[in-house]
Amino acid sequence: MRGLSLRGAAVTLGERALVGPLDLTVAPGAVVTLMGPSGSGKSSLLAWICGTLDPAFRAEGQVTVNGADVTALPAHRRRIGILFQDDMLFPHLSVGGNLAFGLPPGLSRGERRARIAAALADAELAGFEGRDPATLSGGQRARIALMRTLLAGPQALLLDEPFGRLDVALRDRMRRFVFERTRQLSLPVLMVTHDPDDAAAASGPVLHLLAGGAVRREIPDEGVPDALPA
Amino acid sequence: MGTQGLALSQPARHAAPVLRAVPAVTLALFLGPIAAGLGGTLAPAFGWLPAIGGEAITLAPWHALFSTPGFTATLRVTITTGFTATLLSLGIVVLFCASCHGTALFRRTQAMLAPMLATPHAALAIGFAFLAAPSGMVARLLSPWATGWMRPPDIGTVNDAAGFALIAGLMLKEVPYLLLVTFAALNQVKAAPLMRAARTLGYGPVTGWLKVVYPLVHPQIRLPVYAVLAFSLSVVDVAMILGPGNPPTLAVLVVRWFSDRDLAMWFPASAGALLLAAIVLGSILLWRLGEGAVARTLRPWLTGGARGGSGAALAGAMTGALSITLALSLAAVLVLALWSFAGPWRFPDALPRTFTLATWAGQVQELAHPARTTLMVGAAATVIALALALLCLEAEQRFGLAPGRTALWLLYLPLLLPQVAFLFGLQVLLVRAGIDGTHGAVIWAHLLFVLPYVFLTLADPWRAIDPRLARNAASLGAGPWRVFLAVKLPVMLRPILIAAGIGFAVSAGQYLPTLFAGAGRITTLTTEAVTLAGGSDRRIVGAYALVQALLPLAVYAAAIATPAIAWRNRRGLAVA
Repeated sequence: MRGLSLRGAAVTLGERALVGPLDLTVAPGAVVTLMGPSGSGKSSLLAWICGTLDPAFRAEGQVTVNGADVTALPAHRRRIGILFQDDMLFPHLSVGGNLAFGLPPGLSRGERRARIAAALADAELAGFEGRDPATLSGGQRARIALMRTLLAGPQALLLDEPFGRLDVALRDRMRRFVFERTRQLSLPVLMVTHDPDDAAAASGPVLHLLAGGAVRREIPDEGVPDALPA
Repeated sequence: MGTQGLALSQPARHAAPVLRAVPAVTLALFLGPIAAGLGGTLAPAFGWLPAIGGEAITLAPWHALFSTPGFTATLRVTITTGFTATLLSLGIVVLFCASCHGTALFRRTQAMLAPMLATPHAALAIGFAFLAAPSGMVARLLSPWATGWMRPPDIGTVNDAAGFALIAGLMLKEVPYLLLVTFAALNQVKAAPLMRAARTLGYGPVTGWLKVVYPLVHPQIRLPVYAVLAFSLSVVDVAMILGPGNPPTLAVLVVRWFSDRDLAMWFPASAGALLLAAIVLGSILLWRLGEGAVARTLRPWLTGGARGGSGAALAGAMTGALSITLALSLAAVLVLALWSFAGPWRFPDALPRTFTLATWAGQVQELAHPARTTLMVGAAATVIALALALLCLEAEQRFGLAPGRTALWLLYLPLLLPQVAFLFGLQVLLVRAGIDGTHGAVIWAHLLFVLPYVFLTLADPWRAIDPRLARNAASLGAGPWRVFLAVKLPVMLRPILIAAGIGFAVSAGQYLPTLFAGAGRITTLTTEAVTLAGGSDRRIVGAYALVQALLPLAVYAAAIATPAIAWRNRRGLAVA
């Protein structure tokens, strides 16, 4: 089965159920949005999916990517990319160095340089190779972070409130930028957010996190009456 | 509004001149003796010291130094032990952090560091000698069943000519120290989210850490690494206990000459002390160039995309290396205790035939005096250092002074220069001022080494005090001094007491400053233990070294426990 699937996914902190149990499949090129207020455990669910969940949390269930069960794999072997609210560009590397960091090994020097240049052109930042990431604007940094993630060749992408730090004016542009590329690459995308505009821009199924961890699908034009207030 | 403005500005105006002068006074108290001491070593190195008949500028001291039998071997062993101990310690620390970050062991290690750091070098070195000597604990545990030895073998496991024992003894303290500063740096660089980014880009934990986190940590631990290098190259007490005897390291050779009955030896000794200072500064420069070369070589690897594996083998090896270091430190202190209670204990018995309190009963009188001196000198140096550091930090905050990189280098200066290079010159000046061999002189000499540690321990927590607390207090009508005494100091109680514990441990461990400024007349547990270490009665040495190890530990434990008790009803100030 293609895409990203969760089966019986549940995250708990101590005695408290945060999310789940949840069954979910995100088809290639589709975007599923999970809505809920801050601190409701959405980010923990993403951390569990990509393998970086803090040991203080407990999680069960199964994650499959394109049919392969990755639940037992360490984070670096899952091939699941994630974008955070903070762009997490590495401050000691140039813009080009950050992108090169994402590229897989084994390419020739020329190939690496060409792919970085292409990625920068795609991000409308052609010629930015030598720039210090600290000198970029928030929107530019966010685009570089996405490009770095995509260059690593992920098979699924997670978005953890990725537009929250951007100016309102930039947000819509960045949403379109991200979703255009994930559709082009047929990446399954799971996004968590508390911003209804993010969900609208994703134009995919929207799930709401309810108290006690249950998740309910939003029916268009009706909403979810008992969802946690965002 | 009017009365509030008055309350805010009036005390500030009165106190400002005094407080404003504190950083300058501190620097003078601190750098004055070092500069004067270096000058006081420089003159006799070129034959000038009229008090003992040196009245002509000459290169004779240098000729005497270079023509000393075994001088080449002295230089070689000084440099090889210094660099090897530093490289190995840093290597273990970096690879341990790279491979074990995020594990339970990694988090627990932080708690185990404090007692290891509070134990003086000399006590650990003596304990290590008791473990590793041919008649030591290790040989006893392996004999006769594995080795066949019925008497101690004639092999140089301690005081070996190549300095392996010295390197090991240095690493016992340098690994925990570098771990501590690395942990502090890791908190500054927000390592966890960077690691998450690297992991989800497909990087293994070790490779990811080395490529993403270490480049940010490195500049933060640069000065502490230089301090470790300088210390390894110029250490005296550990080298006397564990290092090669003949020829010894340069620092030991110089101290031997300074303590010679023949005062003419002071001339080549001064030349040797200056040479050691040059070696240390040259080594730091060489290390800096090496850092640049390594960084350039590794740059293509950094962005070359190689992901690395799980690093499980390295994690295992590094867990082992660190565990051995921790276990050796603990065993070193335990074997001191064992000897101090030992009755008859023949080789190769693993344990004494009987245990007795005889050693302690016989030594308690002799121990009391240096223990009192250690406590008194340590307490005075610590209190003065705390007062100066807190007032400097308050002045920095109140007048908006921004200490730059130069200030940090100046603060590290006593740790980057070999102690012998300025302590002899300082002693000459103290003699001239007629205050050598006084407690005041010893306290001042200790202050040079206590102050940097106290200041560095306090600076980050002080600068992190929520400014709203002080603003709120001011808006309630409290003047700046009341804010300082009634708000900032209580909030800072825990860091202040930790700094006090560290300061006391630093003072208690000082050998050379006590010896020189005390003119041999003021004895602390450390000077006694080091002097006795050359003797043959392990029971007495064990007792002295054990008290030397336990006293700073007890002070540190008390310092940690006090805020927990004082603030037991204040959750906002609870220990995290």
